[in-house]
Amino acid sequence: MARQSSSLYTLGSMVLIAGVIGGAAAGFAYTAGWLSPHRLTPAKFLEALAPPGGPALGHRRNHAKGVCFSGVFDANGNGAALSSAYVFTRGQYPALGRFNLGTPSPDAADATVRVRGMGLRIATPNGQEWRTAMINPPFFAVSTPQAFRAMLLAEASKDPNAMKAFTAANPEFASFAAWARSAPWTASYAEQRYNSLDSFIFTDDFGVKHAARWSLIPEAQPVAIAQDELARRGPDYLEHEIADRLRSGPQRWTMVVTIANPQDPTSDPSKAWPDDRRTVNVGTLIVQQIEPEQDGPCRDINFDPTVLPSGISTSDDPFPAARSSVYRMSYDLRTAEARDYPRSIAGSAAGAQP
Amino acid sequence: MIAVPQRFSPLQRLLHWLMAACLIAMLFIGVGMVSTVTPSYLALVTIHKTLGVAILVLVLVRLALRLRFGAPPLPADLPQPLKLAAHLSHYALYGLMIVMPLLGWAMLPAANYPVVLYGHIFLPAILPQSDGLHTLLWNAHHYLAFAFFALVLLHVAAALFHGLVRRDGVFETMAPLPLRDETAPVVTVDGTSAT
Repeated sequence: MARQSSSLYTLGSMVLIAGVIGGAAAGFAYTAGWLSPHRLTPAKFLEALAPPGGPALGHRRNHAKGVCFSGVFDANGNGAALSSAYVFTRGQYPALGRFNLGTPSPDAADATVRVRGMGLRIATPNGQEWRTAMINPPFFAVSTPQAFRAMLLAEASKDPNAMKAFTAANPEFASFAAWARSAPWTASYAEQRYNSLDSFIFTDDFGVKHAARWSLIPEAQPVAIAQDELARRGPDYLEHEIADRLRSGPQRWTMVVTIANPQDPTSDPSKAWPDDRRTVNVGTLIVQQIEPEQDGPCRDINFDPTVLPSGISTSDDPFPAARSSVYRMSYDLRTAEARDYPRSIAGSAAGAQP
Repeated sequence: MIAVPQRFSPLQRLLHWLMAACLIAMLFIGVGMVSTVTPSYLALVTIHKTLGVAILVLVLVRLALRLRFGAPPLPADLPQPLKLAAHLSHYALYGLMIVMPLLGWAMLPAANYPVVLYGHIFLPAILPQSDGLHTLLWNAHHYLAFAFFALVLLHVAAALFHGLVRRDGVFETMAPLPLRDETAPVVTVDGTSAT
């Protein structure tokens, strides 16, 4: 009798142990998303971004075509009233960035890509840095990361009604489509305005928070050019043009921070704030040098918009977090594929660099 | 016999259970954060980095305590292969508790990211940017995390096996709460068999 109850007890204990371990393993699998095929993972965004032939190995999974620049950010001190970030203290801070085209193909012809961007990293002497990746449209194409993926899938779809269905479900896309059709093209990265679109929170020295967006407004006058004319100038015209232009002197952009009114939407980058909102000119980006990406200083930088100095933080806008997650995976993949995008100066030439 | 501890010291037990909670949280946060694009991603990454550094500090304290106070002996009747497994798995657990935070920390500067913890605490870059190093560290951190989780499950299963099936006093050496009689010797540690 005692023997029987003891072996029953042992059996019960073994079942309990198996249950605990199995339950923990199942919980782990669930957390990892293995049991949730519908979870929106960064991998799903990268799949949606990839062109039909697969991604360009070794390159960024989006905004894959670009050229590095370096220069300085000349802060005028006005931003210090908005944010305690060191970068707004009057002074000059090293800046590094990348002019780019919104395409997953590093070989896309310039005149085939509507969206142009600027990745920027400003470093300050306190060891902090501010990374931002901006684009030229005045508002984003869609309201949510989910809708962005749906847009990519609809654009790639062979179903002729896919875009129509997408636009019906995401009416905000109509404004973007109208911008894409009608906004003038230019023949220079230097003539573009680059906008954060996403909203961030600036916290000043008194702890007061200001919802903000920022733009880099070019000093160069934009000159409209027909898309065909740009196409005639060659597939890589923009990177040659910016390099030539810098030979005759640095190019400047004014950084303007726009502050939201209390009721302005901060969670939806497809909604521009009204034009009369308070703006503060916080400084000037001076771009001094262009280098090809292959060996350039921007190659190894992920322009993750959530790498922020203290004094700037994310808002309720869901995009920066989604971008951070997806960009990070893109970086992990492309650095693992560096062999597919070899540096022309084999690694150790760093000693020859200034 | 008197010099041999019957249980881990209260401080060792406190650290064990505190770190158990941290490590399990860490492993779940790790696999969770890399599979999401929701705003929770940023909070999870911040917790993961901060907790990782906390674990690194705690494990060093714990190792020092282990060297100072030692550990109760395993039951004499425990078969030799199981004793070996127990010792090896503990070396592996301690090793992973030290190596995983260091890999995670090193991965960030190897990818040119600043190392920023909760509360805007900045840690120094312990490596320069390098595609090859980053890939190596990333793979190590990734695969060792699954090995770590498997080892934690094994550890839990073994602890329950000792506590429920063998009832040999091993679980009690690390039990979170003080036993009714701290001073009473736990049954089988001096070699007298219970079965």
